[in-house]
Amino acid sequence: MTEITKEIVAEHGLSESEYERVLSILGREPNRTELGIFSVMWSEHCSYKSSKKWLKTLPTEAPWVICGPGENAGVVDIGDGQAAIFKMESHNHPSFIEPYQGAATGVGGILRDVFTMGARPIANMNALRFGQPDHPKTRHLVSGVVAGIGGYGNCMGIPTVGGETNFHSSYDGNILVNAMTVGVAETEKIFYSAAAGIGNPVVYVGSKTGRDGIHGATMASAEFDDDSEEKRPTVQVGDPFAEKLLLEACLELMATDYIVAIQDMGAAGLTSSSFEMADKGGVGIRLDIDKVPMREEGMTPYEVMLSESQERMLMVLKPGSEEAAQKIFEKWELDFAIIGEVTDTGKMILTMHGEIVAELPVAPLADAAPEYDRPWVKTVAPAPIKASDVSPVKDLGNALLTIMGSSEVASRKWIWEQYDHMVMGDTIQRPGGDAAVVRIHGTDKALAITTDCNPRYCYADPEMGGKQAVAETWRNLTATGAKPLAITDCMNFGNPERPEIMGQFVGCIEGMREACIALDYPVVSGNVSLYNETKGVGIHPTPAIGGIGLISQSDHMATIAFKSEGETVLLVGDTSGDLGQSIYLKEIEGREEGAPPVVNLDVEKRNGDFVRDSIHSGLVTACHDISDGGLAVALSEMALAGNIGANVSIQSDLPSHAICFAEDQARYVITTTATNAEKLLQNAQKCNVPLQNIGTTGHNELKIENTLAISIKDMRHVHANWLPDLMTVPGHE
Amino acid sequence: MKARVTISLKNGVLDPQGKAISHALHGLGFDNVGEVRQGKIIELELGDISASDAPSVVDKMCTQLLANTVIENYSVELLD
Amino acid sequence: MKAAVIVFPGSNCDRDMKVAIEQSLGTSPIMVWHGDSELPDTDLIAVPGGFSYGDYLRCGAIAGNSPIMREVVKKAAAGTPILAVCNGFQVATETGMLPGALLRNANQKFICRDVHLKITSQNNRFSGAFKVDDVIRFPVAHHDGNYFADDETLSRLEDNGQIAFKYSDEDGTVSSKTNINGSCNNIAGIYNEAGNILGLMPHPERLISDQLGGTDGKLFFDNLINSLN
Repeated sequence: MTEITKEIVAEHGLSESEYERVLSILGREPNRTELGIFSVMWSEHCSYKSSKKWLKTLPTEAPWVICGPGENAGVVDIGDGQAAIFKMESHNHPSFIEPYQGAATGVGGILRDVFTMGARPIANMNALRFGQPDHPKTRHLVSGVVAGIGGYGNCMGIPTVGGETNFHSSYDGNILVNAMTVGVAETEKIFYSAAAGIGNPVVYVGSKTGRDGIHGATMASAEFDDDSEEKRPTVQVGDPFAEKLLLEACLELMATDYIVAIQDMGAAGLTSSSFEMADKGGVGIRLDIDKVPMREEGMTPYEVMLSESQERMLMVLKPGSEEAAQKIFEKWELDFAIIGEVTDTGKMILTMHGEIVAELPVAPLADAAPEYDRPWVKTVAPAPIKASDVSPVKDLGNALLTIMGSSEVASRKWIWEQYDHMVMGDTIQRPGGDAAVVRIHGTDKALAITTDCNPRYCYADPEMGGKQAVAETWRNLTATGAKPLAITDCMNFGNPERPEIMGQFVGCIEGMREACIALDYPVVSGNVSLYNETKGVGIHPTPAIGGIGLISQSDHMATIAFKSEGETVLLVGDTSGDLGQSIYLKEIEGREEGAPPVVNLDVEKRNGDFVRDSIHSGLVTACHDISDGGLAVALSEMALAGNIGANVSIQSDLPSHAICFAEDQARYVITTTATNAEKLLQNAQKCNVPLQNIGTTGHNELKIENTLAISIKDMRHVHANWLPDLMTVPGHE
Repeated sequence: MKARVTISLKNGVLDPQGKAISHALHGLGFDNVGEVRQGKIIELELGDISASDAPSVVDKMCTQLLANTVIENYSVELLD
Repeated sequence: MKAAVIVFPGSNCDRDMKVAIEQSLGTSPIMVWHGDSELPDTDLIAVPGGFSYGDYLRCGAIAGNSPIMREVVKKAAAGTPILAVCNGFQVATETGMLPGALLRNANQKFICRDVHLKITSQNNRFSGAFKVDDVIRFPVAHHDGNYFADDETLSRLEDNGQIAFKYSDEDGTVSSKTNINGSCNNIAGIYNEAGNILGLMPHPERLISDQLGGTDGKLFFDNLINSLN
């Protein structure tokens, strides 16, 4: 047996003090397999050692929350005995190294997290961040990631209904690929991962184990250097067809009462799934490595335990049910193997060829996982930039066209047309709006789903940015008429060992916490991805938030498209006109400066509740929240979606460029019929909500009196073409 | 015995992947590359089968499943 | 009237097909698992979209050789109407029930969106809800929908009125600009010579209510079910 040298310990990403802790837990030196297990279990990815202290501060409870963070995914009650199960997860490093497979297996992993708990997935979303559009790698990465997400989700037959995409230089060397899945289960049929029942069989199902992705979890916890492209062999290859079979087989098995516990094999494969099941159940597990279905010959226990082969699950079954369960998996032509049993030893004991190859105490290994209170410094928030600090450009019409055709605002249709967003026949709001809306099959209910984060805001002021990201998802859900229920968070940051990065993390969490509390909108699942750095340069802090909301009657839903000519256009909310961190400042002035817009959570809630009530009362014909790019962009998007223009005039003391492009929060544009406008204005007054009649829909241009007039045709041209033009190789169709 | 089946698109059937590869090679400075056709290779391990039977059996596999003769050509190479 | 939907392990539009048939028929179609060797007698067999057996090798190739498809081919030869959508169309060409083949989209990308289709021949059973030259809207969602057939086959299809739909614009203009995937002659769907098999890449089952964005698919299914009743 190899001697464990300092170098081997370092290669496994364990610090000296962590190794000391290993020695004291075992009372001896670990062998190679045991060291490998410690290394993945104590990696940042599995142990959350840098983030745990702060994640604990987030609110995770509400009367409708059935299961918060800690399981495979979060669970919320949606009435009628049904639950929505959802989570977002990162697959950043693998996607940078091999974009197609990295993104595809990211989708595969998050799908498994959701169907492991008994849910049939009903929608996928994704939040993507790429480097600058003209960075030499960007086109290759965008094209591979989008094809990979589509390739997996399309084959599975789960609609990918939207998401968000940013381009920024801070992601040049570290793209972010965050995938989210939402599923629906019966509240009585939710499956958890705690192993139980001494002597119960531990069963492996799914695809065979190969040498794929060994050390993916530790890779996800290390900074990149120039050699990263050498790490290619560690990337797993996805087989969506196998996953489709696994999904159907698991759901068929879940309809019986044979399952005691079930856990998918994700990062750190068999190791983390078996340890988590044992730890949660307070039991031991004995595994016979020889019985694991293997794809390659001569695999060592180290390789079997650390393999990240995809499309696999681990279950504990009730005794006596093995044969019936096996039949289901045979029907779906998947491997089924009893590889061990639940024990009362409190130990994980692995045997191969009749010999013990690893023997580790479960609870101490889990409990003694390192937890760090990393030093951090608060980001100094920059000063606001008032409208008067920015001299306006002469032609604001041109400015609007520049913004509509910019990397920030231009249409993402080129991306979502590569995703099957309609399969399953329940997508009642397709990508391109504020949130996607998917009906709960066979009911009149629907779920609204969105992902949001503005990394520029988070970089300038992490606390405000974190607050804004949560508030924006809440607002996007509200704009469809949904009642926001809960969020999942995917925290993407740089190296936490640097105090300023840790400060960004702490700030974002604090902002998120405040917003979640004020909006009664808890965190039920999430994921942390740290060390997103190349050569010491970190990404913008990116706490991607995925929110879901419930629409209890699907005809009580709003979309962003102007519906017909001659309708009244109303602006909800106040405008301060600050331009710090706005897209106007970035695209027109070439500056990313100043404080992001202020989020006032009381105002947010008041205005949002008013908008939702108005939608429910049937008074609203279209609704769009105002975010990136401000009022002029929101109006443009509504005009483009409905192919109907508008003529508006805004009463304000602010200069025109601030009226058009300020990104003040808690604002919406709504439309209503001419006869209902007065009623809405009266209702708003009663609720103390600022509501202003700003004009009328009609014609084929967007006209803002005394400011600009742009035809829908010109607008569509710049908006639609930016991304296809970027992605077309010159001279080649 | 092993058989190696090479499958390619028939002449006249548009091969967008081949076209993309050709374009990319030109982009990398390989100016002397002309038309590129992409195909696939399938390696088969054959069990108990005599060398004289093998060609016709593999040919059957090709026409029945491995190649779609509406759009594809195939060739078979037998290896020891 | 009875209808059957063939279900392969990788089918994923089988439920959508079932819902669309149910909506027009009032009763559920029989879902036939690929492993079943018996195919019940029905008035309509639908082969739905999806990835049948993962679509490895070529889309629909493995399914085209499956025992259940051999049964479908027999029923089709005896005159049972067959509706083969998307992957079903790929499978149908692989079995030889329909001529030609479906190649990777010319732009090499998966395409999911609504498209306009011009009705190019009258077949009362399948397109009786529409007239020749009408323009309808169905969604597509495919990676391999680029219809190919040799010139001789194409002129036979044109001459016999076997081309059901062509990709067009809203006004019915059929051009290279409206050819979303590189299909020969903009072909989106074809009939067999006897006219009892329709294979098409677009998904009529996806636009069956206003809430889903349109009802051309509902018109299609209502007519199909009525004409078979």
